[in-house]
Amino acid sequence: MAKAAVATKFSGTPGQIRRQRIERIGATAISLGAAFWMLINIIESPDQFAQSAIAGLRNGLIYAMIALGYTLVYGIIELINFAHGDLFMLSAVFSSFFITYWIGADESNGFGWFAFALCLVAVMVFGAVVNVLIERFAYRKLRNAPRLSTLITAVGMSFLLNFIGLKWNGSTPRQWPTVIPSGDIYLGEIRISMLTIWLFLIGFPLLLALNYLVTNTKQGKAMRATSQDKDASTLMGINVNKTIAFTFAIGGAMAGAAGLLYQQSIGTTNYNLGFQLGLIAFTAAVLGGIGNLWGAVLGGLVIGLIQGLNDGLPIAFGQAWSQTVVFTILIIILVFKPAGLLGKVTTEKV
Amino acid sequence: MSSMLEVKNIQVAYGKIIAVKDVSVTVEKGEIVTLIGSNGAGKSTTLRTISGLIKPKSGEISFNGQRIDGMPGHDIVAMGICHSPEGRRIFPRMTVKENLELGAFLRNDKAAVNADMERVLDLFPRLKERIDQRAGTMSGGEQQMLAVSRALMGDPKLLLLDEPSMGLAPVLVELIFETIVKIRQQGVTILLIEQNATAALEVADRAYVLESGKVKISGSAKELSADDKVTKAYLGH
Repeated sequence: MAKAAVATKFSGTPGQIRRQRIERIGATAISLGAAFWMLINIIESPDQFAQSAIAGLRNGLIYAMIALGYTLVYGIIELINFAHGDLFMLSAVFSSFFITYWIGADESNGFGWFAFALCLVAVMVFGAVVNVLIERFAYRKLRNAPRLSTLITAVGMSFLLNFIGLKWNGSTPRQWPTVIPSGDIYLGEIRISMLTIWLFLIGFPLLLALNYLVTNTKQGKAMRATSQDKDASTLMGINVNKTIAFTFAIGGAMAGAAGLLYQQSIGTTNYNLGFQLGLIAFTAAVLGGIGNLWGAVLGGLVIGLIQGLNDGLPIAFGQAWSQTVVFTILIIILVFKPAGLLGKVTTEKV
Repeated sequence: MSSMLEVKNIQVAYGKIIAVKDVSVTVEKGEIVTLIGSNGAGKSTTLRTISGLIKPKSGEISFNGQRIDGMPGHDIVAMGICHSPEGRRIFPRMTVKENLELGAFLRNDKAAVNADMERVLDLFPRLKERIDQRAGTMSGGEQQMLAVSRALMGDPKLLLLDEPSMGLAPVLVELIFETIVKIRQQGVTILLIEQNATAALEVADRAYVLESGKVKISGSAKELSADDKVTKAYLGH
């Protein structure tokens, strides 16, 4: 084994070797290009670079939290849950109503924090419950149906949630007061908003907790087993239905938390948020390697970063081209790494 | 006192295709019982029905006097029926150790689970060497050993083995059958499906011959080994 690894960098048939070479060259070219672009911008204005990067990573964190829901569900039942982005949108609207109307907090003080904490719990429960209900009533019956039927059901579910959002939020964007402190702090010349810091302080531990849940608990082990072989999992005594429901629950809870963080950091809600951010988050999940948890996080942060840099840097395409840049880079990466950044094309004995 | 496992006149279908027409099988505590028959006779479907992966259209299955047909599969495992399925069905992206731990998913007695882990690794020392290897990268024979071991990790009262010698080298086939006898000596009742009918009849107490979804002949393994029809059709003499 060790010998083979030393002897050749690439292995496989001539075709595979050629492909690996192309991948290597392509990846190097892209990395060099990106490095060069960043370098000239850092030289041009280092502070602006840092600020744009931080703003990008902040959005990236929200993308990552949504992307996890796509990736978890895809990992376990190989379904692209189109309704997931809309669940995020409903969570953002839920958070707005919860904090502003139901609790009645509208500024950042002790009471505001109390409302925020309560809302974090409530919106995570909200996301989890809605997602579990969707699985129970829309997807479960179709588990053994042709893939396309489930996919269309997911699209239908997305519309359903979208229209609930339209009814609830109204057809125009709505402004909301935020309860997280909104001032700025300065690191030298670099301005960082308090919101960003709080977002990371709340969002990142959630990602770590989720990862711990999946890799280190018995429930997580049941999830991983179920994703590989449902019948075999049943024979181990794993309750497959419960495990799948649990997966939807934690994906929904993450979307819920993301909804709250988005609403608090942007301050606006819109009924078609789910489509906008959902698509980007789904892209993030694919970019990272769908089915792979850290892949979703990495994909989200990478897309956020690219977007942030493109929007904020002096030498770049600018905001109008934001989506174009993101998706062009996505296509290029997928051409060279079809399974995503952290995804592996697995070959297994049958 | 009722039998350990009683399968009474079950009929099982996949959609419109009837895989099992009328099968009745009983297994007494401590026995090795084998189902033999050609491909498509309904052997694997019978085992899948016992462990709850498919629901029978009609008929009854009871385990230690309690009806289990219609119960969800994971509850049947909890009652002490462990199944090493057709095609091995190990978890390919998990290590050997993780696979074995999943076999003991429902058990909370850590010390006993560890002791059982030692026990199965003693039965198959090869698995001990590969304990941290991903199961999907092992050879077919090793995967088969893992599938049997994983079922044993559930501390079964009744062990269902579906073609444990499938695709194995002759030396390993012998090892598997020696192991089956050892497992029985440790107090586990076994219901075995085998292609290799000669070897199966050697270790079994009783046997059922299935044909087109029905029990054709049944009796003690000795009788069946001597039966002309059986030897001609399944033993290749």
